[in-house]
Order: sequence, then structure tokens, then C-alpha cells
Amino acid sequence: MSSQRNNPPRLIRDIAHARAGDKGNTSNVNVWAYDAADFEMLMRALTPERIKRAFPNLIGGKVERYLLPHLHGLNFVMENALEGGVNKSLNLDSHGKSWSYLILGLEIEESPGRAEAPAGSSEEA
Amino acid sequence: MSNMASTFRIGTGAGFSADRLDPAVDLAERGELDVMVLECLGERTVAFGHRDRMANPERGYNAHLQRRMQALLPACRANGTRIVTNMGAANPKAAAQRTIEIARQLGLKGLKVACIEGDDVSALVARDQPFMDEPGNLSEIGKPVAGMNAYLGADAIIPALQAGADVVIGGRLADPSMFLAPLIHKFGWDPMDTRRMGAGSLVGHLMECGMQITGGYFADPGVKDVAGLDRCGYPIAEVDADGSAVITKLADSGGLVTLATVKEQLLYEVHDPSRYITPDVIADFSQVQIASAGSDRVRVSNAGGSSRPRTLKVTVGFDDGFQGEAGVSYAGPGAQARGKLAAEIVGHRLREVHGFTSDFRIDLIGVSSLFATAGRSGLGSEDVRLHVAMRSPTREGAELMLWEVESLLCCGPAGGGGFRGSIVPCVMTKSVLIDRGMVKPRLEVLVA
Repeated sequence: MSSQRNNPPRLIRDIAHARAGDKGNTSNVNVWAYDAADFEMLMRALTPERIKRAFPNLIGGKVERYLLPHLHGLNFVMENALEGGVNKSLNLDSHGKSWSYLILGLEIEESPGRAEAPAGSSEEA
Repeated sequence: MSNMASTFRIGTGAGFSADRLDPAVDLAERGELDVMVLECLGERTVAFGHRDRMANPERGYNAHLQRRMQALLPACRANGTRIVTNMGAANPKAAAQRTIEIARQLGLKGLKVACIEGDDVSALVARDQPFMDEPGNLSEIGKPVAGMNAYLGADAIIPALQAGADVVIGGRLADPSMFLAPLIHKFGWDPMDTRRMGAGSLVGHLMECGMQITGGYFADPGVKDVAGLDRCGYPIAEVDADGSAVITKLADSGGLVTLATVKEQLLYEVHDPSRYITPDVIADFSQVQIASAGSDRVRVSNAGGSSRPRTLKVTVGFDDGFQGEAGVSYAGPGAQARGKLAAEIVGHRLREVHGFTSDFRIDLIGVSSLFATAGRSGLGSEDVRLHVAMRSPTREGAELMLWEVESLLCCGPAGGGGFRGSIVPCVMTKSVLIDRGMVKPRLEVLVA
């Protein structure tokens, strides 16, 4: 549905859309390639290890990835990733509704040799 | 009500406790619905309902029940649309009685309101029942229990439909089950037919959050544009006898139904897509087909499932003290530095003067708040807000925090304004399992 995009795409948001949900202290974010041709790239970019590595202070538990290849979708289930969840978290967003944009804000090509660049450090600011 | 007897039309008229009412009235009037489902409960909503009921035995149901019923009953009666809802929350009986009173005031003589009880299992759960999905058991919590409610499935709802109820009101009715039950009743499905149970649960799962499948929780300007979100329409499912369905909405309402909106909702709050556990089935959404069927029409099919679980999930709510929130804003040149200074002052004083240690958090909205723990921050804002949140076992503790933040107006950095503070009671929930044979739903039918 996104017909125009950066060339080449830079952020996950340039090739995919996503939605976040919560159950207790577990967050799940489903991510979908707009274009079937980008699904392979999306799968390569978003591994469970990458997600865990990108947010070491946020995600305390394991990250699991489920695939729905025929719909070009991924589902990430991140345990102990909601600062206690809606019962306990003092985050303004205690449900982690915005976590979808944590993942969409990642760069497709992980910067080698260092931690992820902060989303706000890009030229868009 | 449907033009084609083979297709059953279910609409959603609320997807959470505070959902909009006017689009529900529109859908009830023009949607040619067989059933409208009002899904109004979250895990914590029931616990808050129990607190309300303790304060007043006549309450404990959804706070908007009266307005919703007044607005929806006339159109639903006129169009032969049944309502199924969990607005009863912690007090389905009082909700049903109130609905009868409203029906009488509206002159809807003979309206049948079914009340489903039996989800309150506080007398049945062992004190040391282990948690469902984490170590430990109930006895270790050491906080007052507000309530314990088992998720009731379609089998608890079907008798109410068989009794000819125009309105079915329960408490902790599982969200997808409120959609599945009318389908079982309409099509005569065998509850042991796991494929049909999976298909009907898929319809329920997609529909239960209302506008989250018609453009809500979706718009991202320039990337995912949605027209008319201010007058977004609730969804309609046109369900066939085999359980496949078209998801759509009223043609002239705002919002949209596309492959993308349906995909995002397909896995909303789902973990393993091949094992979505409901009281009725372990549904398999992993092979679901999603196809365009025209403008704002998407066909969903090929859900599966395996046998329903032998246990039901029980949400246990506990009273859990208070949460205070307070803030002061800074704008213009140096706003970030002034906000940061305010944060340092408040943090220091909460620790050193008042002795609070861990249960508070300080954010600077505009710089670092939602993504603070994730390690992401914004840049360059000249309009920031100090935000302090604190949990306290007592209201007095939270009041002290609010006072401390307000004191920044005279004692803090330059140009601070816009203090606001609030304190709300909190609940905590835990999940346990109960053998489904122990849970006995009860049905009562009232007539206006």
C-alpha cells in the first residue's frame, strides 16, 4: 500500500507495517512486508537475535519469531519486555502499544560493529 | 435479517470498555445485522468492576451500559438484531436488571434479556493455586483479592440464544466466544468440529477489537493513510456456513478494510499463530487465507483448530495501592536543559527528603519517555514536559510526590508551568487455570 519509498529503503518502516499487542509482561509485534518481494529482506533484517540485541535493557527474556510466509508476515514474541506490563510498568505506555515503532524504526542494514544508531540520530531529525 | 439466508451478519458495536457509541448506533440502524457484539472487558476491567461492586452492590458493570443500551436497543429491536455483550463485568445481574428498566422506559415491551453468571469462581479456586504462566502461586501475593473470573466460552452463551434472548449479558465471556456462539446457534455447528470452531473464533478474534480492523490503531500519515478516521465505521462480518467470512463496514463510514488492516489484527495479541487458545478451541491461524473481495471487503478463510482445552483461564484481580502521576512543562530556548534540571531536583528530593527508593520513574516527554528503557531518544524539541509516575501502597505517598512536583513552580528551573497531577487506585492481575468441569454457568432470562 505504500507506493512511494526511499530508494534504497533504509528503515524497516520503508518496507513493512506492524502492530503491537500485550499479554502480561510479554509483548508481541507482528510485522508485514508491503511487497512480497521484500519479505526475504525483512526476514534477513529482523532476526530474533537482532531484536534482542537492539534493545538489551528493554527485553529481559527470550525473543521468539513465528513466520507466516504466505502472508509475508513475521510475529515477534518478546518475553519480559514490558517493564512489568500493565500491572506494574511506570512507562506512560504501559501496554507497549508503541513497541511496533521500535521495530519499524530499526535500520534494514544493521550498523556493523556498534550498537544500533538511535532512531533520532538520523538525518530526518 | 440477512438478504441471503445462508450468510450471517455480525457487527461489532464496541471493542473495549470506552469505545465510541455513535458509530455503533449507525451500524445498528443500517447494518442489517443478525447480531451486534459489544466487547467491553479487559483483564483489569473486571477487577475494577469488583471494586465498584464492593463500594455499591448495584454497580460493578460497564459505566457506559445505560447510554449504550438507551441508544442501541430501539434500533436493534426494530431490526431484529440480537445484542451479545460482556458489559456485565463484575455484576451481570445488576446489568441485566438495569437493561430491563431501560427497555421498559423505551417502551420495548417483551424484550428478553438473558443474564449469564457463574464466571465468578472465587469460591472454587484453591488459595495456593499455581500461576498459569509464571512461577509462584496465589498465596504468595499478600494483597487483598478483588475478584476471580473464569473465561466462559460459547457453551455458556448458546443456551441464552436458544431461549430466544434479544440481549445476552454476561461478565467474563471470552471475547471470540461472543461471536462464535451465535454462529454455532445459527448454523448448527458441532462444538467438537474443531475446524468450524477455529473458523468462528477467527471471525471473533478479528472483530473483537472493533475498529482495529477498519482503520483504527493503523493510520500513519504518508505511509498508511486512512480517510475519515474521525467517523470510522465499526466492522461487519458476513459469515458463511463453512465459517469463511467477508470483513467489511458500512460503505459511507470512515476508515478502511484492506489486506493490511486484516493482517495486523490477525496476530494482534497472538503468540504462536498455530495455537491461539480460547475456551472453545485451540485455534490455528497459521494457514489463514486473506484475499481482497472488493472495495473495503476482505475474505478470510482456512482457519483450523484442535480440541478445546480441559481448563479455563481465570483472571485473579488484587487491590494494588495507588499510582500518582504529575508533570510540569518547559518550552523555548534551553527547554531540554531546564527539564533535565527539574528531573534531577525531583529525583534527588524524592530519594533524599522523602526516602522513596524504587517505585517512581521520571521521564522528559519530548526527549525520552516511551522509548527511554529501549534506549531511543528524540532530538531538538523546545517543548518538553517533566513527567513523574509513582506507585504507592497508600494514597498519602502518591500525594507527597504530587506536592513535590508542584513545588517546582516556585522552587525549580525558570519558566516551568502547567502543573497537573492525578492519583488513581490500581489493581494487579494474575492468571490461574481451573478445571472446566468445576465452572457452572447459570442462565436467567428477564422480560421487560
